Order: sequence, then structure tokens, then C-alpha cells
Amino acid sequence: MCGAKAGGPDLAGVDVANETIIQGSVTRDGEPVNGYVRLLDENNEFTAEVPTSATGQFRFFARPGKWTLRALVPGQTVDRQVVASQGTAVEVAIAV
Amino acid sequence: MSRSDVLVDADWVQAHLDDPKVVIVEVDEDTSAYDKNHIRNAVRIDWKQDLQDPVRRDFIDQAGFEALLSAKGIANDDTVVLYGGNNNWFASYAYWYFKLYGHGDVRLLDGGRKKWELDSRDLVAEVPARPATEYKAQAADSSIRAFRDDVVAAIGNLNLVDVRSPDEFSGKLLAPAHLPQEQSQRPGHVPSARNIPWAKNANDDGTFKSDEELKALYEAEGIDLAKDTIAYCRIGERSALTWFVLHELLGQQNVKNYDGSWTEYGSLVGVPIELGN
Repeated sequence: MCGAKAGGPDLAGVDVANETIIQGSVTRDGEPVNGYVRLLDENNEFTAEVPTSATGQFRFFARPGKWTLRALVPGQTVDRQVVASQGTAVEVAIAV
Repeated sequence: MSRSDVLVDADWVQAHLDDPKVVIVEVDEDTSAYDKNHIRNAVRIDWKQDLQDPVRRDFIDQAGFEALLSAKGIANDDTVVLYGGNNNWFASYAYWYFKLYGHGDVRLLDGGRKKWELDSRDLVAEVPARPATEYKAQAADSSIRAFRDDVVAAIGNLNLVDVRSPDEFSGKLLAPAHLPQEQSQRPGHVPSARNIPWAKNANDDGTFKSDEELKALYEAEGIDLAKDTIAYCRIGERSALTWFVLHELLGQQNVKNYDGSWTEYGSLVGVPIELGN
């Protein structure tokens, strides 16, 4: 297993200008963690969920606005608030 | 039918991993997840390659289902336990297929792959060898499948449950937020549909809420459970999960899954569409 990479997945080939991207990584002591990240809207309603990659990374295609990221890993749940906007990927590093 | 007839927990699966009459089947949205690892002795069904007609937009026919299950080593009298990632979306979709073609004993693993992983249970890479069978399917049961004309006729008459996220329902997004938003059909929802996102059926760990909580959820959202219901989403997999809740867990009769869902309805010419909440 390679170590955690800083930030979210590579944006090569992604239409960043037209998408509203929230991405990042989930780590524990600098090492990637296998788990899940949920995207909740401003009313705390579930919107989407992805498993983290082998390098602990995740990505969502959302819409501009306030969101909550909820990382689920064995034995732990961690929330992070983010504000997303079109054209600039928001990078979120979640340490658990 | 009781909950345990259609839903099993991880301890049950753990205790039946070597039971020759129990076949564990992984059906993932990410069809490569099985290659990485899976529950020991689980076989894979690929929802794209195995369950869809390769040419026209439809699912495999009766003969195709028979050939698939025979090749996977599943017999008519086997207990099939389906599980998958993303809160059992595609496992629910496969469950609906198994019921559509009349399989006797099929169940979901509560919480699917996520709960299994969050519990730190073992996953292996080894692929089991199951001898082929001669599976016989029944004719497709159309009583649990809705077509576009059924949906149009249901507007204002039957329960229409749109199980997508609020942003998809209102027309702000065209697809779930972990997928690129590149689709071209019209956004919105079927008029008179209630937006009850599939996620409200489940806890954070992917397990289903209790029957009491589920019943209260649909009643609070104004669904008259005495009426017939059609559930839809974008391509019919999330709504298969809601179909499972209403038809299998709550025992509601006359619940149909509209597998054409928004990718079909939102591309139809001349049908009514509503935007907003």
C-alpha cells in the first residue's frame, strides 16, 4: 500500500470549470484510511456517498453551496463543513 | 413474511459462509470492487454486464437469467444472499431481478459491504469455484415493474415516490453527486411525486431502519399506504431499495419499481415535468 497522497484525486480530464467539485483524503497518522465519505446538504440531508480509494481519496460533483462531509471509518465518524463553488475544486483533508 | 425472511445480518452470513445451500452474491456499483476483495465464498454478479441486455435498453430476459444463474452455480433451491457497496443499491436492484424471475429464497445482507467493512470483518481475494447448475427461472413478474405509461397514468392518482436526493428532485442536479453531471435530459420530477430520498430508509452504516421507523417515515411524508405505489430514481437501482422497503419489509402490495426512471422519463417528449420542491 502506498502512502496517502496530499489532496484529492488528480483532476486531469475533469471539466473543472463547469463542475462544482469537493474532494480530498481521509488519513490517520498520515496513512490513508479505508472507509466512506458521505455528502450532506445544508439541511443535513444525505446527498451522496463514496468509498475512499486505496490512497484514502474521495471526490464529489456537487453544486455551489454549503455542505457537510461525513467520514465513516471503523469505529469513528468525523464531520467537516465545506463551501463549494463552481470552477474551483475544494480540497478537504480529513484526519481521523 | 417476516423481516428475517428477506434480510439477514452479518453474523448470520458469517455463520453460513460454508453452507453449501447458501450462495453469497456481491453486486456492486463499482463493479471492480469484487476484484479487490469480497466476503469469503461470495460470487459476483456484474449489474452492467450480467443484468442488462447488451443492445437495447432493457434487462436480461428469462433465458438470460437462467444462463446467468446456472453459470454462477446457483440452484433454484439455494438461499441467495445479496450484498454490495453503496448501501446495497445494486444488491437491491439484483434482489428485484431475483424476485421478478421468481427465485424462492433471496435475502439482502443488512448494511451490505459497508457495514461489513466498518465492522472490520474479513474480506478475501480468492474466487470460489461453484459447479454450474441448470437454473430454471419463471416468467418475468410484471406486477413489480412499472413502465413509462404506468407512471404517466399514476400522476395525481397513485403514490409516486421519487427516491433521489432533494437536489435531483428539484432539478438542481441531474445525477447523484458522486457522478459527473453530464446528462442532457430535462431535470425535475414527475408531478405529484413525493420526494422521499432512499437514504431516509437507512442508518449511516447502511442498515435499514426498523419497520416502525420506516412506516412512520412514509406516513409522515403523506404516502397513503393503502394505495398502489410506483418508486423511481435515475436508473432504477435506488428505487429498487425503496421497493424492497415498501414491498418486502413493510409488506405493501402493489408496489412497482420504474426501472426506466428519470433517464427515461426526463427524456420523453410531451410529458409533464415539475421543477422545484
